Amino acid sequence: MEAQTIIAKRIARELQSGMLVNLGIGIPTLVANYVPDGIDVYFQSENGLIGTGPVPEDGTMHPTLTDAGGRPVSALPGACTFDSAMSFGLIRGGHVDMTVLGGLQVDAHGLLANWMIPGKMVPGMGGAMDLVTGAKRVIVAMQHTAKGKPKILDQCTLPLTSVRPVDLVVTELAVIGFPEGQATLLEKAPGVSIEDVVNATEARLAVSGTIPDMPI
Amino acid sequence: MKTIPVERAAALIPDGGSLMIGGFMGIGTPERLIDELVRQGKRNLTVIANDTAAPGRGIGKLISAGMVGRTIASHIGLNPETQQQMLAGKMVVDLVPQGTLIERIRAGGHGLGGVLTPTGVGTVVEEGKRRIDVDGKSYLLETALRADFALVNAFLADYRGNLYYALTARNFNPVIAMAADTVIVTADNIVPVGVIAPDHVVTPAALIDYLVTNP
Repeated sequence: MEAQTIIAKRIARELQSGMLVNLGIGIPTLVANYVPDGIDVYFQSENGLIGTGPVPEDGTMHPTLTDAGGRPVSALPGACTFDSAMSFGLIRGGHVDMTVLGGLQVDAHGLLANWMIPGKMVPGMGGAMDLVTGAKRVIVAMQHTAKGKPKILDQCTLPLTSVRPVDLVVTELAVIGFPEGQATLLEKAPGVSIEDVVNATEARLAVSGTIPDMPI
Repeated sequence: MKTIPVERAAALIPDGGSLMIGGFMGIGTPERLIDELVRQGKRNLTVIANDTAAPGRGIGKLISAGMVGRTIASHIGLNPETQQQMLAGKMVVDLVPQGTLIERIRAGGHGLGGVLTPTGVGTVVEEGKRRIDVDGKSYLLETALRADFALVNAFLADYRGNLYYALTARNFNPVIAMAADTVIVTADNIVPVGVIAPDHVVTPAALIDYLVTNP
């Protein structure tokens, strides 16, 4: 299974019926493809839509029905639209139950850097800072390493997105949480050893007892 | 409210003026006004908007034409020309978290001096700002934003200027319509008064200064 499929499938199991969920661009978007049967969630698109549905078929796209990247989406029955002040009131006001975002780096205490690489990539933070600061639960979806280098570090070297720690990091190798502010190995991917995960992680990982396989 | 052709609407905007422009990646941007601003060759504009769209699209056309001296936006990642002009020192770009940007504009339109937001505390966004603690939680004081002009796009406008928006083309539009000295609107459809029911009016006509006629 491809790395991003493992990540998306595992995160989809965190969804619960009735949740308002915001998915970021990239791997997070894929989570919508694996919503478990019987689970009914509201997906928010921060450009002003709750009830975002799948990419529409050719011929059914509408120029004013788009996602946060400006690409065509569909709206499910019961969808609603609103302006950007309302959209970010939902985000900052704690009404979004869960957000899934990409990550460049996460530190040993769960602080996330995901919006810029000084001098190289300065796209702007968009909604990322508000989402990490305001959503009830923040999950990072990212590959465990970049070009062989760990992305889960003692300390982030890139500018932080927020001083609010994330709740969960899901990679193709492991699920890592931050109980009591310390990176802790919660699950590992099938066929991956604890040593594999530890070796691919710079931050010290708390490991206790048997580590279950990720349910995917 | 006056109804005027697009040429006259764009001519109201002087070189060096500040513009709030509706749209999210070009969706909900008053495209005809943008095209006319480019044709008239405005210079040194300040643009306040969510993003700078992409080259050839929405605000991206102003950027490509070199007409913008300063941009205040939350995201420029899909317009490489904005980033090039910023890195080359041709344009000043202030990057603001999206929720903070829209609240600063809302504050400007609602008579508030600013807002207190937890977003950005402890990050580079905090630099040069006051941190204020309220009930044990830290916030940044983010000051209000206003502009000389708001350029708004609606799906429907009636002949008095009441506005109704379509789906995700609403975004910044109703908020900027409150926060500028002069509000200019383009509408996909201009309809008789009464077609938009009172309960469905999102932006009241009293806020609108100019409605651009459709061709």
